[in-house]
Amino acid sequence: MVPLIVCEDLWKVYRVGDIEVQALRGLNVTINDGEFVAIMGTSGSGKSTLMNILGCLDQPSKGHYRLGGVEVEGLQPDQLAEIRNRKIGFVFQSFNLIPRTSALENAQLPLLYRGLSLKEQRARASTALERVGLKGREHHTPTQLSGGQQQRVAIARALVTSPSLLLADEPTGNLDTGSSYEIMAILEGLNRDGITVILVTHEVDIAAFAAREIVIKDGQVLSDRAIQDRAH
Amino acid sequence: MPTFVWLTVVTALRILQRNRLRAGLTMLGIIIGVGAVIAMVSIGEGAKLAVQKQIASMGVNSILIWPNYSVISGVRGGQGAVVTLTVADAIDLKKKIPLLAEAGWSRSGSMQVMSGGRNWSTTVIGASPSVLTIRDWAYSSGGPFTQTDMDTAARVALIGQTVVDNLFESGEEPVGAVIRVKNVPIRVIGVLSPKGQSPSGYDQDDVVIIPFTTAERKVLGTSFLGSVSGVHVSTDRTEDIFDAIEQIREVLRSRHRLQGDRPDDFLIRTQIDVAKIQEGTSETLTGMLLVIASVSLLVGGIGIMNILLVSVTERTREIGIRMAVGAKRLHIMMQFLIEAMTLSMVGGGIGVLLGVTAAKLTSIIAGWPTIISGKTIVTAFGFSLVVGLFFGLYPANKAARLNPIEALRYE
Repeated sequence: MVPLIVCEDLWKVYRVGDIEVQALRGLNVTINDGEFVAIMGTSGSGKSTLMNILGCLDQPSKGHYRLGGVEVEGLQPDQLAEIRNRKIGFVFQSFNLIPRTSALENAQLPLLYRGLSLKEQRARASTALERVGLKGREHHTPTQLSGGQQQRVAIARALVTSPSLLLADEPTGNLDTGSSYEIMAILEGLNRDGITVILVTHEVDIAAFAAREIVIKDGQVLSDRAIQDRAH
Repeated sequence: MPTFVWLTVVTALRILQRNRLRAGLTMLGIIIGVGAVIAMVSIGEGAKLAVQKQIASMGVNSILIWPNYSVISGVRGGQGAVVTLTVADAIDLKKKIPLLAEAGWSRSGSMQVMSGGRNWSTTVIGASPSVLTIRDWAYSSGGPFTQTDMDTAARVALIGQTVVDNLFESGEEPVGAVIRVKNVPIRVIGVLSPKGQSPSGYDQDDVVIIPFTTAERKVLGTSFLGSVSGVHVSTDRTEDIFDAIEQIREVLRSRHRLQGDRPDDFLIRTQIDVAKIQEGTSETLTGMLLVIASVSLLVGGIGIMNILLVSVTERTREIGIRMAVGAKRLHIMMQFLIEAMTLSMVGGGIGVLLGVTAAKLTSIIAGWPTIISGKTIVTAFGFSLVVGLFFGLYPANKAARLNPIEALRYE
């Protein structure tokens, strides 16, 4: 079976003025379909850059990234947008919902760019909201929802396209412990249903929900291990 | 794509509604621009039609020839000092120039006319019957005099509405009445339909027309039999006017034995000249007003561009989110273009209402004729759309070129 994610000798070099910053330095990682991976590392370790590349928001300076066997290198912005829309769901630390727009419409957003009929968009978005336990809150706007609920809307938005990969960048960073565990339980459930989940976090107890822990330092993989004592 | 477009339109309308004051102020330029274009063109078209009607009332195919001063041994007499134009000239013109449909002649003078206890100073024109045809007079009652009246120097007259108003009681029937012109009793046989003011500003209805022979022998008198103060000719087709003028000049110069570089002793004028000047003036005016109105539309467009640039900056994060979930560049571009066009369309719509109202009010209050044509409305509205599209392009393109990572990180 072809692994879902294959990163070979991944380099990312930024220029900030005259200074060259090497965010990734020959990183190698392979993630299989259906895995639940936590990526950890201090700030500046390169984990955000890695997430951007894995999410097809950015491209490596050098090296190869294959997503589901497809080489991402050399693709045009619109082709990357297509991949993000079809294969990837994003969950961000700051929720990133569109303000003054209902939960349903936020969850519908990825489908808007697929040219589906409004009826189908709504039906699929409602199902996704139901799955994250927000039935009855479809018409609430982000300001009318708690942080945990907003993050659930964001998860519903990520789910609505039935992606094969869900990328969560510190999804619990802005949440209290109770909400954090609820969110993690939802992610765990999704993983159990077959979606590959990659999670970036600082917190050990959050990382403990995952099955595999990759620690990044200075743009390279420092350690890569299976988590024995998973939280449930 | 259609679902995307109309959902985006709905979103754009919602955003407009949310920022009503801002949207209103942004649209103001377009509203005023479209309104001004419609009002100005309507007023301009109305003025043009009024001028054209006035010109048509004068007979566009007619040519008027006046006697000019003549130069004899270096002495220049005043205009009409010497008889330079005669009945024979008119008859000969008709005979020699096939382009001419009609030829007539007239003499006029200012006279006191009387009826009952009233009197009025007016212009008395002695005219050949063909002049009536050439000038295209219509009759509100009665009818024209005939060649027989002309041959017998009959004492019959056609009078204009102004003369009727000043000589007769209201309700009194002028046709059949006898008026006195320089103590000569003359029977009124027709009342001319009102023509109103001429483009040069005299009252065309302040006139008494009698047969030329009657005028020459009984009323105006003459020092030289057959001398006329005007020869009127007409052509069948307007485009023949200029050829006809050339031929008239040749015939008259040869008849008057004007050789080499001796100046013409006559003046030729057509209503076309007047018509052209008048039309030109009203077109220039319309053009100028249109330019001013277009500038306003342009300013409106810049307003839209400005507010969209603000909007792109304010909503950078939203753009990032949309890109992250799979919006392509075209989607982002269309979203902002649709917002720009929604602004200009709503503004244009309000502007159409404003312009039509302004034109109607101008008609009612100032009494100016206005023509509100569908073409004007569609053009003005279409122009506002083009303005929206044009000035929306830059901000929309700016939004579509954002880097998704930077946009997502934007605070």
